[in-house]
This record gives sequence, structure tokens and C-alpha cells, in this order.
Amino acid sequence: MNQRQALYEYLLRLGDNALILGQRLTEWIGHAPALEEELGSANVALDLIGQARGWLAYAGTVEGAGRDEDTLALQRDVLDFRNALLLEQPNGHYGDTIARQYLFDAFHYPLLEALRGCADQHIAAIAAKSYKEAGYHRRRSAEWMVRLGDGTAESHAKLQRSVDTLWPYTGELFTPDEVDRTLQSLGVAADLTAVYQTWDEDVARTLKTATLQRPQAGWMQSGGKQGRHSEQLGYILAQMQFLPRAYPDARW
Amino acid sequence: MKDWPLWEVFIRSRHGLAHKHVGSLHASDAAMALANARDVYTRRGEGMSIWVVRSTDITASAPGDKAILFDPSEDKVYRHPTFYEIPDEVDNL
Repeated sequence: MNQRQALYEYLLRLGDNALILGQRLTEWIGHAPALEEELGSANVALDLIGQARGWLAYAGTVEGAGRDEDTLALQRDVLDFRNALLLEQPNGHYGDTIARQYLFDAFHYPLLEALRGCADQHIAAIAAKSYKEAGYHRRRSAEWMVRLGDGTAESHAKLQRSVDTLWPYTGELFTPDEVDRTLQSLGVAADLTAVYQTWDEDVARTLKTATLQRPQAGWMQSGGKQGRHSEQLGYILAQMQFLPRAYPDARW
Repeated sequence: MKDWPLWEVFIRSRHGLAHKHVGSLHASDAAMALANARDVYTRRGEGMSIWVVRSTDITASAPGDKAILFDPSEDKVYRHPTFYEIPDEVDNL
């Protein structure tokens, strides 16, 4: 794998993580448990889709095949997506959505923070813009973890189940592969060991405050970063891509 | 979430000198009220500072008292600072 291919893959991972989670959050529009939450999660969704635009636009440039961010978002199929499996998991109840969000935000923030110092100036610039948004996302989802975890007996039990269910999807975020290693040696990719340390401390603190048990270390899911996805992603893409595929000339 | 108390939101805008009431929202506690105020009322760069206060903590004057509270000041023009020259350098008085 040469450097350009690795960079393209890396940018797809950054972009697809943001795009798929953003798309998932938009599913709450019209269904959120309170008006305040509706606006709050839509704000996060818009932040993420904005970030995805930056990453995918640059991915298209690096690929050099004339594809822009819209083409990459709306005309790739399941096997070409590089998002982590965590982000395509269903919204479930609000506790499921919050747990998924928090486990990702606690990873996303230190990742972007590290990428601000990236040797690639484009990546450093997108990270510098995005990490402030990610910092707010992390604070918001952590607050909700505490409120639901340390809330009623029912909300506590439900959120504990959400964390237990989603936990096996967190390992993939921190498992480096050839793409990570190739780019890390060039000072482009973030050091996932350092990102994990920050995540680990953050998660330990939040779970403790939320009176939740940390799940036992165990078998972890993997594959999303390499394009092996759960059936969930197909449904997301069907909804997200239907219109531009059926009406390619449609204009906003 | 039906039992969340109501909060009043005050925002100081970028060029504003004082916090202004912008609306209200529901939240379980003060920290969540601040977060919700940020999401509901500062989406277009309106704010530099947010205050939230429980609606029940505001003591309001009764609409029926309007006459006895405010009418007496209506015929006292000498209380308006219109009889002074204001130097050009003074922007806000």
C-alpha cells in the first residue's frame, strides 16, 4: 500500500465516521423525546455532516479520480464505506443513542486534538476546526451518561445494557492496521495508543460518576474500518442515497 | 421529562451590553438548562454569554398593578436626561 492509497483510506475513515453518525442522528428529527433534545442532537448531526464534507472533499482530491464529497457520500456502496461499526448501530432508545455517542465522542475528541498537529496541513486544518465541536459533543453526551446512569433505577438499568451492548464495538477504534501504521510513520495518522489512554481515563471517570459498571474486557468486533459492515449500513445508505440515485439531476 | 422545570434564558449578544431575555425551555437542572440554551438559542452565533434562571425564582409584577406602578412617572418629563448636552464621545448613556 503506497502513501496516497493509505491517505485516501484514512480520510474515508474520518469522513465516514462523521457522515454515518450524523445520518443516524438525523433519524431522531421529529421523534426526539423533547424539543430541546431534538435541536441538540440535530446540532451535533450538522456538525458531523459538516466535518464529513471536509474529510470527503479532501479524500476526493487525494484519490484524483474526479469524485467530490457528494459523489463519495452518495454513490459508494456498503463495501466501500470505512466507518467503524459502532457508528452504524441503530439508535434504539435514547440511552442507546447517548451511549453510542459518548463512546465515540470520548474517542473523537482526543483523535482530532492529536490531528491538529498532523504533518498534512489539510488534515491539521480540518481537525483544528472540528475539535472544538467534538469537545462540546463529548461534554454533552457525558452529561447525559451521568443523568441517565445516575437517574432512576430504570434509566440506570437501561443505560447499563446500552453500554454493555455497544462495548464490543469500541475495540476497533483503537486497533491500528496497515493504513494507520503507514501514515503514523510519516507523522500523518494519530497515535491510537495515546488516543486510547485519554479515552480510557475519560470513560472510567464518566462511568464511575454515572454509577455504571465498566464491561469486562472481552472479544471485540472489527471490520468496519476495512469495509466489512453489519447489515445496518445497507439500510442507512438506502435512505441516505435514494434520492440522488433515483433523481441524479435533482437540485436543492 | 414531563416533570422537568421551566427555565428562563438570557443571552448577551456579541455587541450587547446586557443579557436579554430570549425565551424559555425545559431542563432537569441548571447545567442541562445551560446546554439546552446553547443548543436552542445560540445556533446562529447570537451569544457570548448565557444566564439561565428557574422561572419559579422570578418574582413578577402583577399586570393589574400597571396603573399604580407606572402611570405616576408618565407626567414627570424632568426625569428624562433630555435637558443635557451629551458629548459626542459618549456612546451609551
